[in-house]
Amino acid sequence: MNTAMVEAQGVRKSFGSTEILKGITLKIDRGSVTCLIGPSGSGKTTFLRCINHLEKVDAGRLYVDQQLVGYAERNGKLYEMKERQTARSRRAAGMVFQRFNLFPHMTVLENIVEAPIRVLGRPRSEVTVEAQTLLDRVGLGNRGGAYPQELSGGQQQRVAIARALAMKPKLMLFDEPTSALDPELVGEVLDVMKSLAEAGMTMVVVTHELAFARQVADQVVFMDQGVVVESGPPAEVLGNPKHERTQAFLSKVL
Amino acid sequence: MQQQHSLPGTSQDAPEAPAPASGSIPVVPLRHPVRMALAIVLIVLALGGAWDIAVNQRYHWDVVISYLFAPQILTGAVLTIVLTVVSMSVGIALGTVLAIMRLSANPIVSTIARGYIWFFRGTPLLVQLIFWYNIAALYPVIAFGLPFGGPALALGSANVLITPLGAALLGLSLNEAAYMAEIIRGGIRSVDKGQYDAARALGMNGGLLMRRVILPQAMRVVLPPTGNQVISMLKGTSLVSVLAISDLLYSAQIIYSNNYQTIPLLIVASLWYLLMTTILSFFQTKLERRYGRGFETAPKAARRAKTRTAS
Repeated sequence: MNTAMVEAQGVRKSFGSTEILKGITLKIDRGSVTCLIGPSGSGKTTFLRCINHLEKVDAGRLYVDQQLVGYAERNGKLYEMKERQTARSRRAAGMVFQRFNLFPHMTVLENIVEAPIRVLGRPRSEVTVEAQTLLDRVGLGNRGGAYPQELSGGQQQRVAIARALAMKPKLMLFDEPTSALDPELVGEVLDVMKSLAEAGMTMVVVTHELAFARQVADQVVFMDQGVVVESGPPAEVLGNPKHERTQAFLSKVL
Repeated sequence: MQQQHSLPGTSQDAPEAPAPASGSIPVVPLRHPVRMALAIVLIVLALGGAWDIAVNQRYHWDVVISYLFAPQILTGAVLTIVLTVVSMSVGIALGTVLAIMRLSANPIVSTIARGYIWFFRGTPLLVQLIFWYNIAALYPVIAFGLPFGGPALALGSANVLITPLGAALLGLSLNEAAYMAEIIRGGIRSVDKGQYDAARALGMNGGLLMRRVILPQAMRVVLPPTGNQVISMLKGTSLVSVLAISDLLYSAQIIYSNNYQTIPLLIVASLWYLLMTTILSFFQTKLERRYGRGFETAPKAARRAKTRTAS
């Protein structure tokens, strides 16, 4: 129980009158890699964004590192957090987006040091050294002075990973990190993610890369129409799916 | 001009670059005889016009030259610059606040901003200027205090506090803020939604997110129309001559009402306006380049080559 990094209990989320998440209950262990798979519109990305409180949870409870996300519980009531508290709690999770979302007006190095300096208030010199180490780690040690526009998609995504890691998060969220990439660039990003997993980072990955899920994931979660249909080790969910919706999805993808 | 300039550059590169691809076949560039003829006709016309203006006695170029650096004209030009700089600065600052208010989720805040913009864009600037000039007729005493007739701290007579220059600055600034608000709002909305997500995910919010991530990117879209605003403000300050403020145009008017050299003095004023707008355009280009960093689609090497041939 207390080893869970993320714990969702009946999480619900609606946009207008459409309910996107219809009660998600899920546990993600510390140091584990969880892959969320499923057809588009199944709510995978919305659930990921809820973990980081980029979307507000309407009902149910969502804990990250035993902290309730977006709310404070007092006297049997849930109080919505202030913007400032929310921003503080978001630091626990690093996030990588499908479209990279690097800051285009800053160089690669500036992108990475921005938040540690401005948000955490750490000294620039110290942060810059760390940023350089992170860039080396994602294989872009010599591109610190480049602007994102000058990099390939795969390189931009690796910078985005380094930028998230610079905040020293307890867990990393990946929202379809390779979906916007040319096929030949997918591998370099997955390699960085693999090495991150091997280093023991807790990761939640929304992905269509089933080979990656099979190889790296500790847990695969199949979602459809806002509910978790099936979850378990990749060998079970991907190799021997019990539910027919999972079987139908896998037969289309594979 | 530019084409001629780039020719030596390309002819230098030519022997290396196309040689391997085209083998030994010589390349004859396409000639443009019509373009050439048209250019010659236009040059002749332009020179003819310039010569005519230069020798036409009725322009009184001697008068133009004698008044070009007249002290009244120079102090007028300085006042025009002061009016422009102050009104533009206040306009941009207030415009940014209004733009952020206009985009606020709070309906009352956004409606107030919308109402402000509606009013100040919808009434003539000239009327606004005269209104501020005559504010003492409506509010003889200016005071700070609580609304609905509560206790107040009187600051003094409106006639004393709102000088003609004060009225001019108030009118120009408040009017400019309305226009700048719409320009800045457009700039903020042009920034990709993913930038907000990325900044929030890194723990940024509120002012930090705006200042470090959104506004610098909005600048790229905001700058060209703002350059337009500065230039029209520079010339628009001539409206304050109705408040008997001796800006550049009003100074010229005072002189020609005495010596009846209307056209030469208007030329003097125009030459100064031209000089000032030219300098402003130069700075605009520099700023646009500064805030365009990271957005150019051309790779670095190609960009460097382009600037080399252009210079």
